[in-house]
Amino acid sequence: MSPPVLSVRDLSVIAKTDQGPQTLVDRVSFELNRGEILGLVGESGSGKSMTCRAIIGLLPSSRISISGGSVILRGKSDLTHLEESDMRKVRGGDIGMIFQNPSSHLDPVMSIGGQITESIRYHHQVNRAEARNRAIEILHQVGISDPAQRIDDYPHEFSGGMRQRAMIAVALACNPEILIADEPTTALDVTVQAQILRLLMDLREKRELSIILITHDLGVVAQVCDTVAVMYGGRICERGPKREIILDAHHPYTTGLIDCQPSGGSHRGLVKTIAGQPPSQGSMPTGCAFHPRCAHATKECAQTEPAAVDYQPNHMLACHHPIGEINEGGRA
Amino acid sequence: MNISRSVNARFGWRLKFNSGVVPLIIGISILGGWLLVAIFAPLLAPYDPIFQDAAVRLKPPSMAHPFGTDNFGRDVLSRVIWGARIDLQIATFGVVFAFVIGTTVGSIAGYYGGWVDMVLMRLIDVVLAFPFLVLMLTIIVILGPGLGSFYVAMALVGWVSYARLIRAQFLVLKNSDFAIAAVSLGYSHKRVMFRHLLPNAILGSIVFSMSDAVLVLLNGAAISYLGLGVQPPTAEWGTMIAEGQGFITIGWWITTFPGLAIVLLAMGFSMLADGLGEILGVRQ
Repeated sequence: MSPPVLSVRDLSVIAKTDQGPQTLVDRVSFELNRGEILGLVGESGSGKSMTCRAIIGLLPSSRISISGGSVILRGKSDLTHLEESDMRKVRGGDIGMIFQNPSSHLDPVMSIGGQITESIRYHHQVNRAEARNRAIEILHQVGISDPAQRIDDYPHEFSGGMRQRAMIAVALACNPEILIADEPTTALDVTVQAQILRLLMDLREKRELSIILITHDLGVVAQVCDTVAVMYGGRICERGPKREIILDAHHPYTTGLIDCQPSGGSHRGLVKTIAGQPPSQGSMPTGCAFHPRCAHATKECAQTEPAAVDYQPNHMLACHHPIGEINEGGRA
Repeated sequence: MNISRSVNARFGWRLKFNSGVVPLIIGISILGGWLLVAIFAPLLAPYDPIFQDAAVRLKPPSMAHPFGTDNFGRDVLSRVIWGARIDLQIATFGVVFAFVIGTTVGSIAGYYGGWVDMVLMRLIDVVLAFPFLVLMLTIIVILGPGLGSFYVAMALVGWVSYARLIRAQFLVLKNSDFAIAAVSLGYSHKRVMFRHLLPNAILGSIVFSMSDAVLVLLNGAAISYLGLGVQPPTAEWGTMIAEGQGFITIGWWITTFPGLAIVLLAMGFSMLADGLGEILGVRQ
């Protein structure tokens, strides 16, 4: 098997604050294979966006930095040690990124086509006409009808769903192998959301695109992802194939999240919640970050941090007291 | 808000007409009118602006000389018409260099922040610490009288306003989502700054430059009046007023008509600034 397109090992991100360094992302590891869609799930502030920002070197402030670990692209270069000028080629060229709010992430005073051709011409030596043809082709691929007509439109002339498509087109203009999608459907209404997700799956099929999908919506995960990593308090607490995570989760947080999903008409009453608040950066609990909210927590949970164990080849779990039967595949 | 304003910049013509449209049209007409006058000066001027005719010295307005003649017997109307060439030039070049320098400095200060910003902002404070006219006159005196010196002085003194305007915009825009998206596409700082942020930030400066043109025009007239700008016998409105003031009691027309010309041109610029500001939603 070819090496994973992206291999993240023990990636940590810290923020320097007046109270000393605080860990935002703590030894996150995962692998992304060609054509795989990885879902990164967690509440706000769990470090999922920060992880992805760290991967492409776009940390939001100079006080926040990568403190350890590696991000290996195609088994070769470690992105955490690349020069800025090389990193620029990776951004857009190897890894594209799309964001939650397409309206504000597109340049309002540049035409859609202008933004796509700009990216093409910045990364490849092609002339204007060639770039324009490619832009029309890409717009067609992302499902903009009549792309030759719409290419000169400005973002405000597009609807919300079309803007998201346009942003995907801009991000994919230079054929990156990896697309990082930071909550791409959160700002869209449900029908458009489904279309965009279908588009992402479609692009995965056609281009063998690998996608990291950041979301807090397990429904989205269930629809599109192959693999799921659940993050809590800057750590990945459980990671595995979607099926196992949805149907056979072992971490109390994962099961809690799944129980919180409103499930059609069969249940009445309030949607379940997980009691308590996610930890804030300043007051990360000792031991397992989830223990203050966990029904199964013991003294051990408050004292020692659970090790991340691959109890099956593809299923990682970090919990002292996993829920349910652990099917022996590897070590328990 | 910024985003919608910037969009308006590009698509102003698609907006509903509002109260800005009247001053805009008047402003454009006045400026366009003066531009035509300047371009066709040789055709429009009935006399050579520097030809001295001793026979018609200090004649009041008449059919032959609608604006009268000055103390050298030169036709005031012809001089006002030819003066439009110089004064439009003054308004343009007096603004353009300051605009370019200020915009560049402001972009860099706002984008990079930190010590770069601090150094540049202190430099602006230094320039602002001097009274505007004193600084301008000092530079002109050092460089020697003439329009070239005037342009240099206006650039050196005037850029600070543009730098501050652009910097303020950049401080907001550099953290905007589309700036982050541009960086995520691997673009260099230069490209993000000038291709993506600047077009979104420049609107206020363009509007300001119109009102700045009024100031520059008056300054140009002032330094010509002081003998530091356009040198006689070239026709320029400020110079004409300076030359005519000794005859104000016996020949009011020598100073009045170039004065009116300045007022009218300045009105054109400030109407345009008002109209643009109103229509594009820029607050000055």
